[in-house]
Amino acid sequence: MAYLNNTELLAHLSQSLGEKILNQEDTFGMLCIEVNRNEIVDIISNLKSDENLKMQFLTDLCGIHYPDNKGKELGVVYHLHSLENNIRLRLKTFFSIEDPTCPTLTSVFDAANWMERETFDFYGIQFQGHPDLRRILNMDSMDYHPMRKEYALEDETRTDKSDKFFGR
Amino acid sequence: MSEIEVKSAVPMTPYVGMSNETIDGEIATLNLGPTHPATHGIFQNVMKVDGERIISSEPTIGYIHRAFEKLAERRPFNQITTITDRLNYCSSPINNLGWIMTVEKLIGAEMPKRVDYMRVIIMELARIADHLVCNTVIGVDTGALTGFTYMFQEREKIYEMYEEVCGARLTTNIGRIGGFERDFSPAFITKLKAWLKEFPAKFDEFDRLLTRNRIFMDRVIKAGPITAEKALGYGFTGPNLRAAGVDFDVRVMNPYCSYQDFEFDIPVGQEGDTYDRFIVRQEEIRQSLRIIHQALDNMPAGNYFADVPDFYLPPKAEVYSSMEALIYHFKIVMGETPIPAGEVYHSVEGANGELGFYLVSDGGRTPYRLHFRRPCFIYYQAYPEMVVGSMLSDAILTMSSMNVIAGELDA
Amino acid sequence: MVNIAEQPEGFEGQGFFATKLDSAIGLARSYSLWPLPFATSCCGIEFMATMGANYDLARFGSERLSFSPRQADLLMVMGTIAKKMGPVLKQVYDQMAEPKWVMSVGACACSGGIFDTYSVLQGIDTIIPVDVYVPGCPPRPEQIIDGLIKIQELVQNESLRRRNSDEYKKMLESYHIETL
Repeated sequence: MAYLNNTELLAHLSQSLGEKILNQEDTFGMLCIEVNRNEIVDIISNLKSDENLKMQFLTDLCGIHYPDNKGKELGVVYHLHSLENNIRLRLKTFFSIEDPTCPTLTSVFDAANWMERETFDFYGIQFQGHPDLRRILNMDSMDYHPMRKEYALEDETRTDKSDKFFGR
Repeated sequence: MSEIEVKSAVPMTPYVGMSNETIDGEIATLNLGPTHPATHGIFQNVMKVDGERIISSEPTIGYIHRAFEKLAERRPFNQITTITDRLNYCSSPINNLGWIMTVEKLIGAEMPKRVDYMRVIIMELARIADHLVCNTVIGVDTGALTGFTYMFQEREKIYEMYEEVCGARLTTNIGRIGGFERDFSPAFITKLKAWLKEFPAKFDEFDRLLTRNRIFMDRVIKAGPITAEKALGYGFTGPNLRAAGVDFDVRVMNPYCSYQDFEFDIPVGQEGDTYDRFIVRQEEIRQSLRIIHQALDNMPAGNYFADVPDFYLPPKAEVYSSMEALIYHFKIVMGETPIPAGEVYHSVEGANGELGFYLVSDGGRTPYRLHFRRPCFIYYQAYPEMVVGSMLSDAILTMSSMNVIAGELDA
Repeated sequence: MVNIAEQPEGFEGQGFFATKLDSAIGLARSYSLWPLPFATSCCGIEFMATMGANYDLARFGSERLSFSPRQADLLMVMGTIAKKMGPVLKQVYDQMAEPKWVMSVGACACSGGIFDTYSVLQGIDTIIPVDVYVPGCPPRPEQIIDGLIKIQELVQNESLRRRNSDEYKKMLESYHIETL
């Protein structure tokens, strides 16, 4: 069983992906790389089938919104885990809020199905190729995507809560 | 009579007169939930059934969506512990301590060994409490109500122990960033030792009631099986995955909180059906008891908190006499402590699997983004595939053996 | 000497006891309430503990839990009600036959609790009338039993004409609940 550490993993990734890695950092023991959304499915699929890496477990998939990064407001964050090599990897991909689409990962991992639906529900990111992209946690009649930073936590139709007393 | 294509995950048990045709030519639509005595939690399943056999199942969740992730963006760190309680509310301490460990990873705080051992005891008690709920409820769904009544009494004793540590029974808010607010009281140690002496015998009684019971075995064997490959593809973790045959346990893979000091086994099943899930949980309770014994016997002396003045409240006497302590106290209570920027992912072995916390901080007073990797949400996706082709009663058992907790499902 | 139940006011004689019909029926109803546990989240687990052997709710007559609204008297809403769940709760309430009582257990059911968010109903009394509120997060089993005792007092003192009175009908209209 070949246990990898982050340096070896990074070397392996730079070798196979090279230019496609836009950004990389070591966050508290986990390697994190940023890639382009058009290549994300291929990259993850190769990571899964790679003989040495065997990143065969999708731990998590979530969205994130940075309203200040013009052109790269919305992002999707993937956490992969190689059970045999006991190493984790985080992949990020960012894209503009004007074009909130991203290819789906359901062909590679079954687990991505509901996770992508949740990300769509919260951020409005359309996953192309998803078999059943609709809201999962919120009501179907909801017309906005609540986790985006411009929306408040409370229900917007409330009239009884005055911000005067609740400050921030 | 019409011919229907039934895609089933299990080979169908043959019964007399069985063919691939529907019985009356009618497929009934059955709405299971959201309010239903057998779904332990509120989620809905619209099933199409041919007699008793399930042809398709479509789950709908979100009936208790409480917007934890959005709520967390509004709250400073020590206030988020109270909302993590309500994720998997049968074992709240594990959620609390997992979150606290995530924060400690972000701020780079090292805990003294004593704190680690205290946390291990509490987390294993929580794991036992959760597994008792799940297994007794599997018993209830097969008609054996006695186990439920007897084991809930043991859970009351676990609740009493929580009360000694933090004051609450269910939604515990146990622990602080930097350790605990007070050391384990002698009353807690006495209660724990008394419970450790009595519980194994009572648990064995419950075990003898169901594990080799002919009726129970006939009900649960081969109900809702899943293969290891499918389980990994669906992101299963925890007892559900171990029942399918994969020995993935976050406590062993990425040890946290000094778990590497303890010796324990990981029970693994073979078929991934309800019986295996039941047995895996039973064995995990025994292993948790082993861990608690080791932690209690080898508890190191030391401080019950680390030196993290930015997040851990200073002693009250100092607050009244020293200026720095007063300022720290004020900032912590009002939630004005600036958090270091960065992003961290930390996971703990919850009762249902890998409970992960993905925290992104931009240096403000509250997280920029907090995402909970909830095991229930991820493995419940596989439910339709596990039940299609089996009988309705098996579907109910599969649901209760997967231990789907609505709070963790919807967050 | 065993006290079985508080005797209502009445006139006693040899071999008979005369009292108001209201009191007699109220007495019988209060000690045989069939609750519908509408348990959604954490308070539901505390309810399971209340039904358990330690805090036994069955002592108070609520031995038989009814999950079917058609056969229940008391709707115990325990846990957070999200906006998605609101119509379901209303439908369950509508399906119950009069006389029915509603107990809201836990801070989330009473007022939304700590979840002041876009998806949580801020209190079930925005959609159905509530008789007893039990605060707590979650309330201890003793508090839930206290709530049940208060419901029992309401049941014992309720007039048989209350459900047909104009005041009651007006209240139901304010909740947009149709009465037959």
